[in-house]
Amino acid sequence: MKLLLKGGTLIDPVSGRDEVLDIVVVDGRIEQLGSSLSAPSAQVIELKGKVVAPGFVDMHVHLRQPGYEYKETILTGCTSAAAGGFTAVCCMPNTNPPVDDESVVHLIQNEAKKALDGLVDVYPIAAVTVGRKGEKLAPLAELASAGAVGFTDDGDPVFDAEVMRRALEYAKMYGRPVIQHAQDLPLTKGGVMNEGFVATSLGLAGMPPAAEEVMIARDIRLSEYTGGQYHVAHISTATAVELVRQAKARRLSVSCEVTPHHFTLTDELVRSYDTNTKMNPPLRTRDDVEAIKVGLKDGTIDVIATDHAPHSFDEKQVEYQSAPFGIVGLETALGLAITELFMKNVLSLSQLVEKFSTNPRRILHLPTIRIAVGEMANLTIFDPVVQWVVDPQFFKSKSKNSPFGGFRLTGKAVGVLNNGQTYWN
Amino acid sequence: MPLSTRHLLGLDGMKREDIQLILDTAVSFREVLDRPIKKVPPLQGKTIANMFFENSTRTRLSFELAERRLSADVLGFSATGSSVSKGETLKDTARNIEAMKIDMVVMRHSAAGAPHYLAKVIESNVINAGDGGHEHPTQALLDMYTIREKLGRLEGLHVCIIGDISHSRVARSNIYGLKTMGARVSVCGPATMIPREIENLGVEVYHHIDDVLPRIDVLNVLRIQLERDAGRLFPSIREYHNFYGVTRQRLDKAGREITIMHPGPINRDVEISADVADSENSVILQQVLNGVAIRMAVLYLLATKN
Repeated sequence: MKLLLKGGTLIDPVSGRDEVLDIVVVDGRIEQLGSSLSAPSAQVIELKGKVVAPGFVDMHVHLRQPGYEYKETILTGCTSAAAGGFTAVCCMPNTNPPVDDESVVHLIQNEAKKALDGLVDVYPIAAVTVGRKGEKLAPLAELASAGAVGFTDDGDPVFDAEVMRRALEYAKMYGRPVIQHAQDLPLTKGGVMNEGFVATSLGLAGMPPAAEEVMIARDIRLSEYTGGQYHVAHISTATAVELVRQAKARRLSVSCEVTPHHFTLTDELVRSYDTNTKMNPPLRTRDDVEAIKVGLKDGTIDVIATDHAPHSFDEKQVEYQSAPFGIVGLETALGLAITELFMKNVLSLSQLVEKFSTNPRRILHLPTIRIAVGEMANLTIFDPVVQWVVDPQFFKSKSKNSPFGGFRLTGKAVGVLNNGQTYWN
Repeated sequence: MPLSTRHLLGLDGMKREDIQLILDTAVSFREVLDRPIKKVPPLQGKTIANMFFENSTRTRLSFELAERRLSADVLGFSATGSSVSKGETLKDTARNIEAMKIDMVVMRHSAAGAPHYLAKVIESNVINAGDGGHEHPTQALLDMYTIREKLGRLEGLHVCIIGDISHSRVARSNIYGLKTMGARVSVCGPATMIPREIENLGVEVYHHIDDVLPRIDVLNVLRIQLERDAGRLFPSIREYHNFYGVTRQRLDKAGREITIMHPGPINRDVEISADVADSENSVILQQVLNGVAIRMAVLYLLATKN
């Protein structure tokens, strides 16, 4: 199978390339790289005006398998990822059973190999504690050896400071980050949205921004004390961004990610009582969104990750306080990033590629993607100018719980190549 | 002139003309309640379902009475706990009841926004009889009616709501309604019971009752949830009474005629002392009577709009 990717703009932060280039791919491997290439008998893919980048990885995805296959499966999740322009995802351990045993890691790896013939690399992130209960350490060494690329109890925080300290120490031996869902539990008890003016108006129980910030402040100190690698999942408040900024200024091993919804939406949207505006951490205020954009621009925020959290239609068809937290995000992430960040001059396309590809790979110590002759093609191709209207009914994900239905976005994935497989939208 | 809305979900964003129309219409129904025969025919043939997902005595009785006084057919439904814990969703419960051909739903629910959701998934008119800590519009309407009856106007009056503002749907609806009608509104309570950024609703915030009493015309006293809040939102019942209890002595010191209201049920000698509750300036029982008239007005205006 021979492909000629013709006339696309290659943007590769690793090599520093930003130029119009043709690429010939034979059986998944890059055979030629140059301008005005011709390749007899190759299928020609015209990519004028499109961007070719190292494959995107979404380091925060809930694939729901095993246990919640009615929400998503590894197959539907990988299809959604490919449609969204991702060649790799990291799946969260809050499955049933949770990923606190190497057998579950293997199960995920086996399913991922079968899904789309292995087009999307699935990197499991394992639980920090047994049963994600926050009490006893999960077998971190076994999990790491089996292939877990990081540890988190996501959905819940590692709340006990002693457990967090030990997790950082132990994970450090295996070069794995501890990824924290930063939330002080008593401060957020019963909370369903951001605490502030909108929650006050609506009479909904609030989750104060301080609940996220006190946990991050504590963890940064523990990371400093232990030397363990610490990563903040779905950062959402202005002060939290500032805490990470300060930690980085002190050269600590601290990084963070933000979701597209947290750099796009505010808690004003909750006024609709639409349960697709309910996620954890909750949508915050305009000031927080602005601070997040500054954090993305100055490099405080390393990664854009979706926190793709599929829930069935009926699960969200309930009273606001009864609805589960979370929204799907794989198929809107790139469009939102281009619309909100590139079009508004927060990030260049090259910086965008860093947040989607280079940085998460660095944080998780995944192999670097090299776009060079002889290397396997691991590429994300997207159109940075096409306009489209989001209609969740057309999502490849099994679930459609998105607040972005009807949004007009600029930028969309065209296709992906990885492991000798391709996917075209 | 009909109401501009087909549901009564809350007073947040409700037009001044709509509130005015309800208050004015209630005057006629209030007069009906003084007649020897207290039943009138306008809702004959209409069926109203009262869906109470949360315990309520007076609101439920008041709605039922209002419905019967208007000659409507009344369907009762009550369930403790959330619909989810019962295994049937709110949507399914409501659609099942609606399938029996009803015209209106009156709902009390512990979840803020539940009636707003319901209004999207069923055809009937929806009346919010209290949704979590969000709104209790008919309570605020009857409060405004009672103030107007007692003091002749709403515009320019200073009303203070005292108690647990954070969890109070009565407070929110009163704030929205009174602000729309041109009243000045303050809230008073310990900082632990004042929700974040409430000043942005255009109310003044007081933490000391003696600071606010000399400035106000009306004091709306909220019930303290004894079992739930003591030790968490305030240290003890005794301390609450000593610092926030509405007593004769405090009112005398304020040196001002203050109309006393309470949405009930009262904890005597906790948030309000017994002598104040029973005093001449107290309109607590008028509120209860006016509640029937207000609910008749709301039901009538929504039913005849269709």
